[in-house]
Amino acid sequence: MDISTLSAKELGDCLFNKEISVKEVLDYTYKTIEEKDKDINAFVSLCKEEAYERGSVIQEMIDRGERLSPFMGVPIAIKDNMCTKGIKTTCCSKILENFVPNYNATAVEKVLDAGLIVVGKTNMDEFAMGSTNETSFYGPAKNPHDLEHVTGGSSGGSCAAVAAGEVKLALGSDTGGSIRQPSAYCGTVGFKPTYGTVSRYGLIAYASSLDQIGPIAGNVTDTALLLEIISGTDEKDSTSVKRDEYDFSSVLDMDVKGMRIGIPNDYISHGLNDEIKEKINETAEKLKAAGAEVTNFDLGLLDYVVPAYYVIACAEASSNLERFDGVKYGFRADNYEDLHTMYKRSRTKGFGKEVKSRIMLGSFVLSSGYYDAYYLKALKTKALIKKAFDDAFKNYDLILSPVAPSTAPKLGESLSDPIKMYLSDIYTVSVNLCSLPSISVPVGKSKEGLPIGVQFIGDCFGEKNCLRAASMMSNGEA
Amino acid sequence: MGKNTIDDETIEYVGILAKLELNDEEKEKAKKDMEEMLDYVDKLNELDTDDVLPMSHIFDSENAFREDVVTNGDGCEELLNNAPKVKENMIVVPKTI
Repeated sequence: MDISTLSAKELGDCLFNKEISVKEVLDYTYKTIEEKDKDINAFVSLCKEEAYERGSVIQEMIDRGERLSPFMGVPIAIKDNMCTKGIKTTCCSKILENFVPNYNATAVEKVLDAGLIVVGKTNMDEFAMGSTNETSFYGPAKNPHDLEHVTGGSSGGSCAAVAAGEVKLALGSDTGGSIRQPSAYCGTVGFKPTYGTVSRYGLIAYASSLDQIGPIAGNVTDTALLLEIISGTDEKDSTSVKRDEYDFSSVLDMDVKGMRIGIPNDYISHGLNDEIKEKINETAEKLKAAGAEVTNFDLGLLDYVVPAYYVIACAEASSNLERFDGVKYGFRADNYEDLHTMYKRSRTKGFGKEVKSRIMLGSFVLSSGYYDAYYLKALKTKALIKKAFDDAFKNYDLILSPVAPSTAPKLGESLSDPIKMYLSDIYTVSVNLCSLPSISVPVGKSKEGLPIGVQFIGDCFGEKNCLRAASMMSNGEA
Repeated sequence: MGKNTIDDETIEYVGILAKLELNDEEKEKAKKDMEEMLDYVDKLNELDTDDVLPMSHIFDSENAFREDVVTNGDGCEELLNNAPKVKENMIVVPKTI
């Protein structure tokens, strides 16, 4: 059986029908990782022993005819900022190099309960702070489509692992585009759900009001099914939301007839690469041919989204990352005279450059004298951005937009100019500021052979609209 | 040249708030980075937000209460395994008083 060509759902069916065993799938997975990961560096740790152990338990259940989910026995990779019991969880930072959680994140617990098998933890920008996966303590993951290019970030390892065929499913997290942008760069499908849809319990926090866990897969159906598994309210996350329905995959066969889809004018003129613009136009034509009404409109405020985002994200990060002090877990510096120098030296040696820079900016904008001018101003800007989206969703069911202004840049070209790197998030950060759902789907490749993605942004709780359009695009039904 | 200037005193203060120890070279770099970032963020001042209320979370939320019941058992050993320095079931830190 050629596992490489199957979707995760098909693989789940083969496992359940006993056309293949869980052990054979795990053998295949680790062999593929061994072959490919030398180049791609998508994984920062593997948990073979735990995977085979869990695999034999799952096999016994399958043999008894039990089925926990469509993905029972299917391997999955987890971004290294989600706690995995007994398995190292580092956030790709030196400061957590040896951290072994004694509990699972709720999202991880849910994939385990659904019978999936966690095979390893994936590479990411340190503490999810970066747009290229190059700030990782373990070195960058590399784009499977061209090893000289970045994967995007911060969930670069998760997207690269799926794109390279090492796994068919992965979890990522998205604070300002960290699932969608690397999905666009790597040619995977990535979904950032409405804030609160997936519990953040056990997700090591970057910016709590913006962070959201979501699925990454090779196609829209697998993405929707994985979202169903991980979503749900959680008493351990007071910001998790009780939704009316979680049957996201029920709309996958629906067409887009009559859907009102808007393309924001400033999103397709603002320094957008021509080939991506062309793909947006092609996507619009396909949607129209399938019966959707697609029109352009002015959303506005695009120049303000990145500065507002960075102020808010860095402010929250400076507070969230205060817990890393070298006392209870993580790295502790060798030489210190007193408690305070121990904190300072452990943090200074434990955090990487980008993380320290964001902590300092965050500390500054929250400090007395600057709080109103920066932090409060950013929160007011956020209110204006939210209002603009609310107005847009009065007229539209969905917004079609690029994911990033360009295809994946070359390795080594981004970190020297932080503001330029931050601007690569210009089309994605509003979604987080406004708690919206958005799915990134691949729609083709550039002349250079690099993937191009587009995103469908829905109103809050509008996941099903995102999935209808995404599934039509990926099925090529138009 | 941008318009924001971070002086030595401010960067020293930010270092204290951020609990980071920067050498002189790093301080200069941090000053420059922060000045550039603030010049960029100042773009927000183009927006009139006088009558706008700051928005922290999008969804209204209330205090979420639950009974404080232990459900995860005794993880003492695993937790202590993560501590950089341990002595007789306790985490060792420098003298605090």
